[in-house]
Amino acid sequence: MRVEVTINGQPVAADVEDRMLLVHYVRDVAGLRATNVGCDTTSCGACTLLLDGESVKSCTLLAAQADGREVTTVEGLAGPDGELHPVQQRFHEEHALQCGFCTPGMVLALVSLLRENPRPTEAQIRSGLEGNLCRCTGYHNIVRAALAAAEVAR
Amino acid sequence: MIPAPFRYQRAATVSEALDLAAEGGEDATFLAGGHSLLPLMKLRLALPEVVIDIGRIAGLSYIRVQNGGISIGALTRHHDLEHSGLLARELPLLAAAAGRVGDPQVRHRGTIGGSLAHADPASDLPAVLLALDATLVAIGPRGSREIAAADFFTGTFETALEPGELLTGIRVPRPASPGWSFQKFTKRAIDWAIVGVAVQGGSVALVNMGEIPLRAAATERALAGGASPREAAALAAEGTRPVADINASRDYRQHLARVLTARALAEARSGHPRRKS
Amino acid sequence: MTTILGRRVPRVEDRRLLTEGGTYVDDLELPVLARAAQVTFVRSPVAHATLTGIDASAALAEPGVVAVLTGQDFDGPAPDEEMPEPVLATGRVRYVGEPVALILTDGRYQGEDAAELVCVDYDPLPAVVGVDGALDAPSLLFPETGSNVASAGGDQPRPDDELFAGCEVVAAGRLVNQRLAPVPLEVRSAAATWGDGRLTVWASTQNAQITRDMIAERLGLDQAVIRVIVPDVGGGFGAKIGTDRDTIAVAWAARHTGRPVRWTETRSESMVAMIHGRGQRQDVKIGGTRDGRILAYRLDLVQDCGAYPRGAYLASLTRRMAGGSYGIPRVECGYQAVVTNATPVDAYRGAGRPEATAAIERAVDLFAAEAGLDPAEVRRRNLLSPDQFPYTSPTGANYDSGDYAAALQKVLAAAGYEGLRAEQAQRRERGDPVALGIGLSCYVEITAIDWRNGETGRVEVHEDGTATVFTGSSPQGQGHATSWAMLVQEELGIPMADVTVISGDTDLIPVGTGTYGSRSLQLGGAAVQQAAAEVRERGRGLAADLAGASEDDLDLDTTRGLWRVRGQAGTEIEWGKVAAHGGGLAADVHFIPKQSTFPFGAHLAVVEVDTETGLARLVRHVSADDAGRLVNPLIAEGQRHGGIAQGVAQALTEEVVYDADGNPLTATLADYATITAAELPAFELVASETPTDINPLGAKGIGEAGAIGAPPAVQNAVIDAVAHLGVRHIDMPATPQRVWAAISAAEAAT
Repeated sequence: MRVEVTINGQPVAADVEDRMLLVHYVRDVAGLRATNVGCDTTSCGACTLLLDGESVKSCTLLAAQADGREVTTVEGLAGPDGELHPVQQRFHEEHALQCGFCTPGMVLALVSLLRENPRPTEAQIRSGLEGNLCRCTGYHNIVRAALAAAEVAR
Repeated sequence: MIPAPFRYQRAATVSEALDLAAEGGEDATFLAGGHSLLPLMKLRLALPEVVIDIGRIAGLSYIRVQNGGISIGALTRHHDLEHSGLLARELPLLAAAAGRVGDPQVRHRGTIGGSLAHADPASDLPAVLLALDATLVAIGPRGSREIAAADFFTGTFETALEPGELLTGIRVPRPASPGWSFQKFTKRAIDWAIVGVAVQGGSVALVNMGEIPLRAAATERALAGGASPREAAALAAEGTRPVADINASRDYRQHLARVLTARALAEARSGHPRRKS
Repeated sequence: MTTILGRRVPRVEDRRLLTEGGTYVDDLELPVLARAAQVTFVRSPVAHATLTGIDASAALAEPGVVAVLTGQDFDGPAPDEEMPEPVLATGRVRYVGEPVALILTDGRYQGEDAAELVCVDYDPLPAVVGVDGALDAPSLLFPETGSNVASAGGDQPRPDDELFAGCEVVAAGRLVNQRLAPVPLEVRSAAATWGDGRLTVWASTQNAQITRDMIAERLGLDQAVIRVIVPDVGGGFGAKIGTDRDTIAVAWAARHTGRPVRWTETRSESMVAMIHGRGQRQDVKIGGTRDGRILAYRLDLVQDCGAYPRGAYLASLTRRMAGGSYGIPRVECGYQAVVTNATPVDAYRGAGRPEATAAIERAVDLFAAEAGLDPAEVRRRNLLSPDQFPYTSPTGANYDSGDYAAALQKVLAAAGYEGLRAEQAQRRERGDPVALGIGLSCYVEITAIDWRNGETGRVEVHEDGTATVFTGSSPQGQGHATSWAMLVQEELGIPMADVTVISGDTDLIPVGTGTYGSRSLQLGGAAVQQAAAEVRERGRGLAADLAGASEDDLDLDTTRGLWRVRGQAGTEIEWGKVAAHGGGLAADVHFIPKQSTFPFGAHLAVVEVDTETGLARLVRHVSADDAGRLVNPLIAEGQRHGGIAQGVAQALTEEVVYDADGNPLTATLADYATITAAELPAFELVASETPTDINPLGAKGIGEAGAIGAPPAVQNAVIDAVAHLGVRHIDMPATPQRVWAAISAAEAAT
């Protein structure tokens, strides 16, 4: 079937299998490889991206469900001049990433969280990350980065 | 992991959805947010040949006061339930429980109708709507009908919906008594409930204490008969036959049902339930 | 003189990972892989069975199916081992998830469809489940060996009256160090091409060179024929040391068919087919004087190896560290390693040392409880003191340096130990259903255990003044590109931004060992530092030649990366000119130290246990982890955080579970309870830096410290929380049900 998605502001269109998952559309059709697949049970959040501005797990969506909608991946987050988004910037400063595999999903989950709740407490950040696994950082610096990014956004 | 092949069809209206369902017959299934169905399809535990996407049907996402009660569209997302000012005032139990479903990403996609129609015994909202004495509205080839929440769930992943019938809305009467509590016991925040308890006034419903959401009938009777919450809670597991799995034996689940019911009744009485932060 | 070493330098790796994402194997977009066939494995759904037939005809008839290969097709040499692990199963399957056949398809989705159509006949055999099953069962995984015991060893047991002579207090217990799944967030992935007589393999591994050598051995190829390339790796934690049969099968498929192939497993496959960790049953016995002096300790352990005994060595590692950080005069450890019908067990973050630490730290608490002494006080009285180093332990480990008591004192002070005990007493007094527990662990561990292999480093300075580092280390997120560049900047004054670090390519770095066992900084980093120092000295000669001066008069300004002639203002020679003058400037170092190093530390956990439901929640975690001198504290702390989280997960949530027939019950991330941010507090890290003289950096390893120190602290805290209810021990993970059951049993006993 024909699926058209606007990804990071660019229209992408392709004929794909009905069963194609959105994460494969983004990775294989649009060629944007930052979004990762970490599990198959909607558990890990590595495939998190923004659909119409809200965090979703793209391994649990059909590409067809995103037809006509807007997707943002981590490749589309920095400013046009390469200026990092505050969440990206704080991730760097606070050493909130190690192997980097969970990072795109983690960053986008936090971007969505901070849009909905610009002044989260540490407990709200921790609870808001319940759907994103990181195996490297113990979440400590991710939470610090999120708190710092919230501070910037104020 | 990817689903087995199927034909994807998108319905723009309820009648279109019903037509597609009639056409697809037993091999067709409705897809709302997809967060219950797609995981099963990826594990190839569900193998529909036709998937009818009802996610874009206009007018099925709403929360409003209607006929003295609260009406909720089947496509209303958990996220919208969680953040609804109307629900916070009128049905804080439902808002709080919706905020505990899955994780933020799941709540951005999952819908109340999908959650009810999926009928997972470990799911939170079925028991909540049971405690709230909700009525479910379904439309099928033979027209519209109303099904009491108490009659809706018939088994694990099984409901009273006929093939081709679509759940469109939920009606909840204004609670007679304002005290409420939702107790969800999990090992980790993201997990399904090992046991859950929903209390609204004198109504007590249990999550994951059997194949379907259950009323804690003995507890409710005791409360109505003037027993103390503590005495009533001790009866919460009566007549239940919960599943045993890697998280909990049957005995432990029954113990949890009693403990959580006691806490829920106490919290409902205290009048200041805590929302999950 | 300012130094960059020891500064909190944010990583050079980050920007790319944050804006484009890493390039993991599955992300590779190379022309040679453009038409690669996708590999899908058919895996055994049964734990133990005779393989009687495979019918692939239905699968082969499907569109897009290129080939279905089985163990019958495999033509590599058979390994000369008693319990050999085949590349693809032949004759018998020994665990759920064992690869039985390999399907090549044009498209990714077609492989999963085809896998359902491969008919495999299994004739079930009784499954051997758990270590008791292995020791008692009539069923044998390798009948020709006559036993499920793959190896046994350690100390011959002395009679109790001899070993525990003089002991006024003796405590004993049986402990389970449960099976864990490593769960790197990137699963296993590989791609391979065969052409022009060379096999090129891209793999998600912790060691390119070991991977090359293992593939060469199993395919019967010369090592020089094979090139292994390691792009970004999404976590390893020991589970990606070298390579697995699956990747070897992928490499073989490319050579066998001549077609480029690529493979990425699913998480559900990974949960049963990537190695597991831990898996020990431990019997401990500990004795000492009434005033808390420990005199003797015995550990008897059985290592569950799973279906193939690649991890049998873990038992001897546990033995070596059995006595922990204490000066216990008599320590014995005996072990058996057994095979069971489960996923093979191998190195997972800590590999043998968390097991040793968990055993001794539980034993010390059992002893303290039996003696009626404070567990902190018992530890204080028995820790080795600084004047005892170097110290050879009764099990033969050569501890290099440390101040163990200082680490313990630091965490007790930072946590406010006395105050916590007072609060605990108050809660008990008022019958608070939420009990407070305080748990301790002291640990010493061994890093760079394979120090004999050392590590390689090459530093090149180019005519444009930039430098390139080639390292035998092979990162999976440890930040080598940053730390190695810091070392070069320190030695040469070439700014970090002008230093490129290359790893994980066997054509560029033929000799190397890789990253595991907390070895990289102290071996790979030391090699880079020494190579840079050699470059500096060669540069001095070249600069002197350029300036027409004596080498003795040449100074390197490392703040600007310029050579100067002493006493001659205005003579500044850039590195680029020096390199050009030398016609290239480089140095290779293979650094081999004289022994391993022994990091140490102390952890204190505070938990709240809901005594009505059994739910234990970690509310504070304080640690002092001493890994010698730190090059980049920001990175070292990150390693500690990650290790602590995995350690807490072992103590509270994670466990691989099998049913009585050997079926895995935790085969997805929905069932296997990896820990999330919502279950963890912020960690309180206390600084501690005691240098070692084993390497010029003074550094020890830090990668595994948290996973070693944290589990017993948290476990001891949970048990401490409910000790007043009569609970003496709870095995890991202390799940709500397990804690509730322990409380219920204690209540029933009183």
